[in-house]
Amino acid sequence: MPGWWNRYRRRVRLRARRQYLLARAIRRRRALSPVADRTGDIGADAILCFVTLRNEAVRLPYFLDYYRKLGIDHFLIVDNDSDDGSRDLLAGQPDVSLWTTKASYKGSRFGLDWVNWLLFRHGTGHWCLTVDPDEFLVYPHCDVRPLRALTDWLESSSYRAFPAMLLDMYPRGTVSERPYLTGENPLDIASWFDPANYMIRKNGEYGNLWIQGGPRARAFFADDPHNAPALNKTPLVRWARHYAYVSSTHMLLPRSLNLVYDENGGERASGVLLHTKFLSTFVEKSDEELTRGQHYAGSREYRAYHSALQNRPQLWCPESVEYEGWRQLEHLGLISRGNWP
Amino acid sequence: MYAGRSGQSVQSERIVPARLGVVMLCHDNMPLVARMARIWAEGGAAVAIHVDAKVPDADLAGMRASLAGVPGILFAPRRACEWGTFSLVAATQDAAEALLAAEPGLTHVLTTSGACLPLRPVAELIDYLSRRPDRDFIESVNAADVGWAVGGLDLERFTLRFPFSFRRQRGFFDRYVNLQRRLKVSRTIPDGVIPHLGSQWWCLTARTLAAILTDPRRPVFDRYFRRVWIPDESYFQTLARRHTLGIESRSLTLSKFDGQGKPYVFYDDHRDVLAQSGCFIARKIWPRAQALYDVFPKAHAQNDEPDSYMIDRLIDQAVSRRNVGRPGLYMQSRFPRKDAENGKTAAPYTVLYGMADAYPGLVEWLPDHVDADVHGRLFAPDGIEYGGGRRLGPGCLSDSPKVRDLDPQGFLTSLIRVSRRRQLFQFSPRDSQTLNWFMATDPNMRLLVVTGAWAVPLLHSGMPFDDVRRAAAILQRRELALLEVLDSVWLKARVERWNLAEVGADPVAPLAALLETDTVPQGAPGVADLTGMLAFLDRLRNAGLRPRKMGDFRHPNRTARAPILKDA
Repeated sequence: MPGWWNRYRRRVRLRARRQYLLARAIRRRRALSPVADRTGDIGADAILCFVTLRNEAVRLPYFLDYYRKLGIDHFLIVDNDSDDGSRDLLAGQPDVSLWTTKASYKGSRFGLDWVNWLLFRHGTGHWCLTVDPDEFLVYPHCDVRPLRALTDWLESSSYRAFPAMLLDMYPRGTVSERPYLTGENPLDIASWFDPANYMIRKNGEYGNLWIQGGPRARAFFADDPHNAPALNKTPLVRWARHYAYVSSTHMLLPRSLNLVYDENGGERASGVLLHTKFLSTFVEKSDEELTRGQHYAGSREYRAYHSALQNRPQLWCPESVEYEGWRQLEHLGLISRGNWP
Repeated sequence: MYAGRSGQSVQSERIVPARLGVVMLCHDNMPLVARMARIWAEGGAAVAIHVDAKVPDADLAGMRASLAGVPGILFAPRRACEWGTFSLVAATQDAAEALLAAEPGLTHVLTTSGACLPLRPVAELIDYLSRRPDRDFIESVNAADVGWAVGGLDLERFTLRFPFSFRRQRGFFDRYVNLQRRLKVSRTIPDGVIPHLGSQWWCLTARTLAAILTDPRRPVFDRYFRRVWIPDESYFQTLARRHTLGIESRSLTLSKFDGQGKPYVFYDDHRDVLAQSGCFIARKIWPRAQALYDVFPKAHAQNDEPDSYMIDRLIDQAVSRRNVGRPGLYMQSRFPRKDAENGKTAAPYTVLYGMADAYPGLVEWLPDHVDADVHGRLFAPDGIEYGGGRRLGPGCLSDSPKVRDLDPQGFLTSLIRVSRRRQLFQFSPRDSQTLNWFMATDPNMRLLVVTGAWAVPLLHSGMPFDDVRRAAAILQRRELALLEVLDSVWLKARVERWNLAEVGADPVAPLAALLETDTVPQGAPGVADLTGMLAFLDRLRNAGLRPRKMGDFRHPNRTARAPILKDA
């Protein structure tokens, strides 16, 4: 079969997939009921942050604070039936628009239909960051340059998407040893990471890199690495109406948005999402998520955690490295400043 | 970097007090333009501002209001400007004419924009120009010689036609350029025009500028340059050569381009490098880089001459990071295609093939005698033997062979990149062979090969002969496949080879080569017990498996790699 024919078939196939995803997202908009709709305040060049969450009241104060300092102008948040006060906390924030839903997380493709709808409705023309409440974006020069410096530069370089892989952070000692209190910087507790334990393959269909590894692959999926969680993410995108996230923020359509890496030996700019999942809150959370059974692939990941957590595991090992800042990550080759000196 | 030239320009020691005029070309961010214009005017320069006709009148009115009462500012007639077209040159001409007419005493005229920031006080610039009268500071590089433009056209800017917009009709633009190249059509360059290129941010003497503007042949030149590609980088650069008394082919404005042809942007954290550079003007400044706008212009104490060495280095590093990358790094934004890696691995490493079988106890002995991290079999199918008895490898590499086999190349490159010392590991036909081509084509690998060593563990295994024969067949096939790779013309690794018979006869040679010494220290491991090997090989041969690459155990010294007997 000639290459152009296969490429053409792939194009048709992916376009159909994208239209299906958008149709789903638009159809499911009714599941969202607004609690506080402040989207009228969004300025023409605002940087937006999209979040889906459930019962994250403990983490939210620090999360909002972190991203406000980085330069997020407006948060658009979907609350999936929280019962711990997250909703009231968020509804009271002046820069948060909040929707709530009792619909099934699993039935909405793990919240993606909701986020795709909000992106479709409010994201077009803006730089949009889609993250979870336990993910903290770090990019080159983030200690001295706000997020807008990055988005301005990306825009002037005609880049539409910025990659930031998940970097799983964990505490020294067992996960539940030190309790996380609200407002605390989670990186003060979970400050260690795996510096070089990442497997990368290319996904031909969608064009993205598929990265696995880190502490989760080595501690929970050593015998089944194919099913280890994906770490590649493209959370920061200058949104256009016809874009759609395919699987969490790992993959996007159109396909060209996934080509955020250089294949000729050079380096493009990239960042990380510091993933502070492994705090004391994780133990309760994983029990709860296991009973709800609302997660990806039959909550395989949570089942693995649950069985491993029985033995009070240590993710920390003598080769772990303590987080110091973006320059350290760049030196280790986890991120790159590309040609943004 | 200009230190060498400074002597030449100062040697006249003639001081003629300069009177500076500034042409500002602006198309957005009017409050910033007002701020810059005020700096120039209050520093003692006459300013002519050209505002793009596309800027809304309300914005312009706001800017004019905020500049009301500042003396020495005039507004040039507005034109709609498009990047890459003659409109920018025409706007400069208009503004310069207006400026020269209004301020007849000017000695120099500088072009700048709203995104340019004076780093040093205007008075320092005027003083600098006063001590270099009659010098035209304009970058002017002969277009026929070394390429000046980054990733763009050079001489063809002057000889082709460009009816399509580069930004809006890119496809047509490229195709039309290619068509003209194929048809070999070209425009004639008018007499007296020797194409030169350079930055559009220049500082000409009023004399040279007036001569360009009042040249009797200006209509001819203007008509020609109207169809030249990006004339603002060639019009004054070319014509200044006709009238100048002396050109300093460099710009007083620090303006750097990246590999994609876009100007670099400076941020707050560049404050110190910019201050040190002693450059007079920098572009581009990020509009929200408040610390830069607060600090500059700032008097420069150390030296008079601009020296952009630090900034050049910063930007050269960024260009090389973007184009070449760090060797041996595979990550989310650098995933080179095969053979486009610019370095498959980050550092030299050593692989011992079959040596652990030929020299029992080698792995335990080596760590004290080589400057390297000595690992066991990293690619064994049933486990990963990291050195020092560690469970997890450097950089938290997993101990699970399944995890390793998901991306063996990433495993090896991560191991090498994350470790400070040289990596050394054991390899044999019993291990996963997927990286043979990758390692053989990597100049960083040093490979010491003992062929046939796989037979040693079999000889002493005590397994039933049928099983031994089956295993021997598999191991020998794998070894021959590896040797085929090592014999190919694509081999880049440093390889040294012995066969088992040679090692039995001269056990010191491979060890000495490994330690890179002539002799081997006392206590070095000896060769495995090879008695019975001859009979073992005969038995394999009689069972239908011809042993190859073992060497000749009957006459080990005689057969040492005679080329004709290569396959014996």
